[in-house]
Amino acid sequence: MQWETVIGLEIHTQLATQSKIFSGASIAFGASPNTQACAIDLGLPGVLPVLNAEAVRLAVRFGKAIGAEVAPRSVFARKNYFYPDLPKGYQISQYELPIVGEGRVEIVLGDGAVKSIGVTRAHLEEDAGKSLHEENLAGGGYTGIDLNRAGTPLLEIVSEPDMRTPQEAVAYARKIHQLVRWIGISDGNMQEGSFRVDANVSVRPLGQTRFGTRTEIKNLNSFRFIERAIQFEVERQIDVIEGGGTIVQETRLYDPERDETRPMRSKEEANDYRYFPDPDLLPVEIDVAFIVDAVADLPELPDSMRERFHTQYGLGEYDASLLTAGRELAQYFEAVVQATAEPKLAANWVNGELAAALNRSEIEIARSPVSAAMLAGLIHRIQDGTVSGKLAKQVFEAMWSGEGDADSVIQARGLRQITDSGELEAMIAAIVAANPGQVEQYRAGKDKVFGFFVGQVMKESKGKANPQQVNEILMRVLASD
Amino acid sequence: MSLDASDIEKIAHLARLEIALESIARYAADLSNILDLVAQMDAVDTTGVEPMAHPLHMSQRLRPDRVSERNQRELFQAIAPLTEDGLYLVPKVID
Repeated sequence: MQWETVIGLEIHTQLATQSKIFSGASIAFGASPNTQACAIDLGLPGVLPVLNAEAVRLAVRFGKAIGAEVAPRSVFARKNYFYPDLPKGYQISQYELPIVGEGRVEIVLGDGAVKSIGVTRAHLEEDAGKSLHEENLAGGGYTGIDLNRAGTPLLEIVSEPDMRTPQEAVAYARKIHQLVRWIGISDGNMQEGSFRVDANVSVRPLGQTRFGTRTEIKNLNSFRFIERAIQFEVERQIDVIEGGGTIVQETRLYDPERDETRPMRSKEEANDYRYFPDPDLLPVEIDVAFIVDAVADLPELPDSMRERFHTQYGLGEYDASLLTAGRELAQYFEAVVQATAEPKLAANWVNGELAAALNRSEIEIARSPVSAAMLAGLIHRIQDGTVSGKLAKQVFEAMWSGEGDADSVIQARGLRQITDSGELEAMIAAIVAANPGQVEQYRAGKDKVFGFFVGQVMKESKGKANPQQVNEILMRVLASD
Repeated sequence: MSLDASDIEKIAHLARLEIALESIARYAADLSNILDLVAQMDAVDTTGVEPMAHPLHMSQRLRPDRVSERNQRELFQAIAPLTEDGLYLVPKVID
């Protein structure tokens, strides 16, 4: 039977504030345990949470960036459950009236096809603390609790079940990751837990409209794990159903070492969170002025920039999507284009040599040793014929390792293309004279020998001869006599 | 609406409350009465009335994003039953 996979993602992204969502404690990463957990975060009696204006502003920015309606009135609710890293016995979240309503984002697939994915809602909530399951705390048998993270502002972004393959799910997660960084609402640091993904996965026979029973895979913290966890889960579900079993709706964890998902061990009954409006917090009312202010400095968004790169510069969708993967990269590319007026050449270099070098060195574009001005300088020298495309790669490598800008590298390494035709004519005449056997073969109709001569000229000139000029002169010389 | 003993046990468990077996019937009756009162209010025509999220007819005040709290770990942990290396310790939980 043919199966169809249905995937929806819930993404928790940490908002880039200074202080917590309901208290004045710092959210700086890496502090000593419990030094950033104040009375409000600890849920001590008699405290009152007060909402952080910046968290609201950042949520509004996200809402506007996905074309969603920002709710003029939203309400905080208590989500009740017991766990040691949740000191109050409830998490303050939003339920019936979230701050951000329905929106959409576009993903670009490997073949350049564009797919629109629905965002159901996004709501503000506080993070829980951290449980450290270390051996030997107080001699063993204990779990350590660090509440520094408790109360950190999160925006939970809930998608529609619009994705059909693990690759689409990853493309969507990357899209949201790109967007939250682009508009400056989160650092998106996955190692530090600032961007965590839960995946809802189900399968159904192809053509069936009703959804199958879904499972939820919790806390995926890398794009690779998202893809592998979903891939495993899809295969597991199909095996279960084809073996005559049924899927149980449950929460599962992905184990990267074994590359499998398994049910969470807690025997807790089906979640019953008993949400109700939090009496400590009044409804949040957002007026037009607040929204206008929140989005006043919103930059051009990645989707519209991608579309512009496509139409204005004639780039393919896929190239354009690579160039708009991050805001700094897109700015770098545009700086090169502005200096050279060569968008296609610029795109090839940025997505090719530059991207490869950044990958190899594992650094971000902002720390690239080759600046946009330097790459533009190199492209100028390709345009005016000073260096061939092949030698330009050498120049790039040299710039990357700190040998200066394109002109100084070309000068210092003597990479200037030979454009003096007299010099080239003499070189070619000598090579032809030195290889009478090959000349004989060529004249006898063995065209392939032409390549031998081109190779000899390139070798002799150390790659600095202009290939087009070499062809012309060779043709002429070999045809004469 | 009437709650039976198993409802009461479930509610008590969700709230992590221990209740004596002999008081379950009384809780069931009391809570059912409260729900009956709610059902009575349900009969009122509320067309056009915006549901209330809070008894005060005001909106939430926002706080400027500033770090105003200092580290008071020693003070807070003085009342904790068990701590080590700055961590609060609880009986082992596994997920």
